[in-house]
Amino acid sequence: MLKKTLRPLAGALAMSSALVATQTMADGHQIDLSGKTVEWIIPFSETGGSAKWANFYAPLLSEALPGNPTVVVTFNPGAGSTKGANAFQQMEYEDGTTIFGSSGSTQFPYLLSDPRVRYEYRDWNVVLASGTGGVAYLPADLHGMLGEGGDAAGIAGEDFIYGSQGATRLDLVPLLAWEMLGLNVEPVFGIEGRGDGRLMFERGEANIDYQTSSSFLSGVTPLVEAGTAVPWFSFGALDADGNIVRDPTFPDMPTFKEICEATEGCETEGERWDAWKAFFTAGFPAQKMVFLPAGAPEEAITTFTEAFAAIQERDDFAEISQARLGAYPQMTGEAAKTAMASATDVPQEAKDFVINWLRERYGVVLQ
Amino acid sequence: MEVFATALPALNDAFAMILQPHVLGFLVLGVVMGLCIGVFPGLGGIAGLSLLLPFMFGMEPVTGLALMIGMVAVVPTSDTFASVLMGIPGSSASQATVLDGFPMAKKGLAARALSAAFAASLFGGLVGAAFLTVFILAARPIVLLFQTPELLMITIFGLSMVGILAGRVALKGLVAACLGILVGTIGEGASSGALRMSTYDMPYLADGLKLVIVGLGIFAIPEIVALLRRDKAISDRAPLGGGWLEGVKDWWSNKWLSVRCSLIGVVVGVIPGLGGSVVDWIAYGHAVQTARDKSEFGSGDVRGVIGPESSNNAKEGGGLVPTLLFGIPGSGSMAIFISAVALLGTGSIEVGPSMLKNNLDFTYAIVWLLALANVVGTIICIAASGGIARLTEIRFALLAPFLFMIIAFAAFQSRQEIWDLVALFGIGLLGIMMRRFDWSRPAFLIGFVLAAPAERYTNQAYQIAASRFRRGFEEGIDYIFSPIVIVLIIITLLSVVIGLRQARNIQAEGTVVSGTKRAPVLFLLAVTAYIALAYWNAAVIPDFARMDRVFPVFVATVALIGCVLLLIQMMRSDETAPIFADREAEDAEDNVHSLWSTLGWFAGLLVASALVGFILALAGFLLLFIRIRAGKKWGYAVIYTACGIAFICTMAWTLNRDFPPGLLQSYVDLPWPLT
Repeated sequence: MLKKTLRPLAGALAMSSALVATQTMADGHQIDLSGKTVEWIIPFSETGGSAKWANFYAPLLSEALPGNPTVVVTFNPGAGSTKGANAFQQMEYEDGTTIFGSSGSTQFPYLLSDPRVRYEYRDWNVVLASGTGGVAYLPADLHGMLGEGGDAAGIAGEDFIYGSQGATRLDLVPLLAWEMLGLNVEPVFGIEGRGDGRLMFERGEANIDYQTSSSFLSGVTPLVEAGTAVPWFSFGALDADGNIVRDPTFPDMPTFKEICEATEGCETEGERWDAWKAFFTAGFPAQKMVFLPAGAPEEAITTFTEAFAAIQERDDFAEISQARLGAYPQMTGEAAKTAMASATDVPQEAKDFVINWLRERYGVVLQ
Repeated sequence: MEVFATALPALNDAFAMILQPHVLGFLVLGVVMGLCIGVFPGLGGIAGLSLLLPFMFGMEPVTGLALMIGMVAVVPTSDTFASVLMGIPGSSASQATVLDGFPMAKKGLAARALSAAFAASLFGGLVGAAFLTVFILAARPIVLLFQTPELLMITIFGLSMVGILAGRVALKGLVAACLGILVGTIGEGASSGALRMSTYDMPYLADGLKLVIVGLGIFAIPEIVALLRRDKAISDRAPLGGGWLEGVKDWWSNKWLSVRCSLIGVVVGVIPGLGGSVVDWIAYGHAVQTARDKSEFGSGDVRGVIGPESSNNAKEGGGLVPTLLFGIPGSGSMAIFISAVALLGTGSIEVGPSMLKNNLDFTYAIVWLLALANVVGTIICIAASGGIARLTEIRFALLAPFLFMIIAFAAFQSRQEIWDLVALFGIGLLGIMMRRFDWSRPAFLIGFVLAAPAERYTNQAYQIAASRFRRGFEEGIDYIFSPIVIVLIIITLLSVVIGLRQARNIQAEGTVVSGTKRAPVLFLLAVTAYIALAYWNAAVIPDFARMDRVFPVFVATVALIGCVLLLIQMMRSDETAPIFADREAEDAEDNVHSLWSTLGWFAGLLVASALVGFILALAGFLLLFIRIRAGKKWGYAVIYTACGIAFICTMAWTLNRDFPPGLLQSYVDLPWPLT
């Protein structure tokens, strides 16, 4: 916000980070953004997780870009982020002053051929990909009924209630996971954010829940300390070869894969597993990405890539990002491209499986 | 006792933190900024906090908090100006204030109404803070007692306020409320995403209408149009002297009402999931129910101002509980507040369940900064109220274009599309008709506001209860009929019975004489047609998405029965019956201009905006309106237009907003603000 009145502040920042600026300017392959205003479009409202993520990066980005432009976050919410993404698709590169932040909720409708999607990820130029993880947890008594290694057989007969934002959203990943484990989970739809889901769990109305890593750390850890909630598994993280390994933020927690292996009837191969893994890969390890619009020249992409890389090289980055983003890879350059490819290029079989599953299990018809 | 042993030192630390000169300075700065933004209808805490967000990074926590809280706290104070002076609900917090505040302004009592409102606001804020200081220590388990059935019952209790505000013909009020609910269900259903009264070809409707647009359309536009047609000032008599002192005295003689409404505000504000949208209505209903002489409500009873205003500032304090203790924002501005707190300092304050344990001193600092901001804000507002109240003495034709400009700008903030203006115009037309035929607009708005929570909690409670019943009958019953639910049911029943018995005496929008039969019948038929369409549209939702079908079908059925009964009544009654109320007949002598020519001006602004973009259209509109309608000289009109455009551009520039583009802009690239 506050496009023009921020300039005095931007000036002050420019003074303080003059060193950084001169270093990056020396490259010569970069575009100069001095005196300009970079608009960072978030296709969600001011109140969501993407807003937090962009608000975290915006002041840092302003410092890191050559010429120290003002970076403002603007919001264009609607239709579960497809409206903002469609609008971004219409934009063409002008002078590098427009960037777009997508999220898992932008990726999933794209993958599921939602009729509202009129955007194409391959037209855009990724400059940052931020990962995250997720943790599923249970009330203490139900957790006590789990078998060896988190085997879900002991709770297979329970009636589970889960506060959900919608089966076609990111919730698809936990919902499918629980079904694979043979749990009888009834999603209660219509909650407005994962925080409401946690509240439902705290009130004892829901008895299974998951949170993304940063909200688990801040919201559920106190419940774990109080003994009312016990973490069951994390969804895990991907290693360089695309294998699911333990989440670096929760190294002591088994992954869903381990639980699945310990539970009879849950298979870590085959159509269903591949579909789950594909959508997990699309939703978590590269959940939020920053794009330049179609037609951006190489210099502009380099400029933003280097700026995001420079942010991560800050001495205090680990400290300031830990609480806000969790210990997850913030990928730039080739790594970001690879992450985007794996997040948006889901095999057709996996898509078909999920589209079919959504129709049969939840009656959701995407056409 | 142990609790107090930790609470008292924390409270002490909190005051040591707050009472530093630079902290107080930032608080005052925040308050002034908040007042400036809150004065404009439709702009509130969200716009203000977004403005501050970029400055929060690394700021010293307590200073940053002072700045932000100063801003958030006074929005419900300053939006009283628009509610009382113009009849425009400045935000959802002051919808009910309009009912009695605006009639007072019309009677020349604007300054008195304002200062009573501000005194009540201040008091409510302080009561809220005092209550929270103790309550926050025990709040967590209590808040967790409010499960979905309890939330549903509170929503229903809020809806029962329709009974009091239904107007002379209770059935009309009921149908109006149902119509409001149906308008509130437009868009994607929360459960299965089925579309109601919308298609993906018109994505605007798929997201549903926003409260800003409906509130402005249903209250503000009809008032502005009505005043314009009379072509006088808002206040129809000279202001009475000593206004502001009178208002404070009014508040003092109703201090117990103010206490009770403040407590209502805190308690309802504490419960996450409802936010503040019902608080002012419940407080208004309470003020009416407990008053002995109810005849003046709706035509300028100061108690109808004191009640809601006491509650809406107290609510802000209450709303801190879900925000701070659960990390769940009670409102949009609180959501930004949470992310802004994370930017402060080294990010050591983490809003959420650990807040009380780790940051009790900060929690208290926040609570008392809020109280202090209320004090500062109120003093500034009372000081300014005498002067600002003079706005009601200006000839309205000179004020109206300016107001329209601001309302259109505020509406456009909803989705930043030209459709925002179309929706505003459409809802405005409905509001004009409802005002004309004496259909309760408050009932409509309550229905609209509570449509989403009522549907959501009904579906969720049904689903969860079904699961409980599968486990055992007793467990299911225990879940649905908890002690809190039973108490709420009793309160609701009492309120409905008392409300209906008294509704005849309470004319929330003044009395209206009856005219001919034809126009009221036509309007009823139009309403019935829409409801029937909504019924059909919901009924065809396929089975797999039945959760999105049940609620609108149920409400539409109730409404249709109401419509049929009304039609029967209309056939049987003669022309003078209150059911045929028609303001056209009453205002015929006062109205200088016809409805359609007045509306034509605004339709013109809308069409021109779609063609050449908002700013160009606005310039033409202001110029022509002042020249032709207000009859001023060209020179005057040019200066007026220049001031108006400069003002709106400054505001958009500060808030970093764009204006609606038109057809022209898709062919030609124009510089800001013409884009």
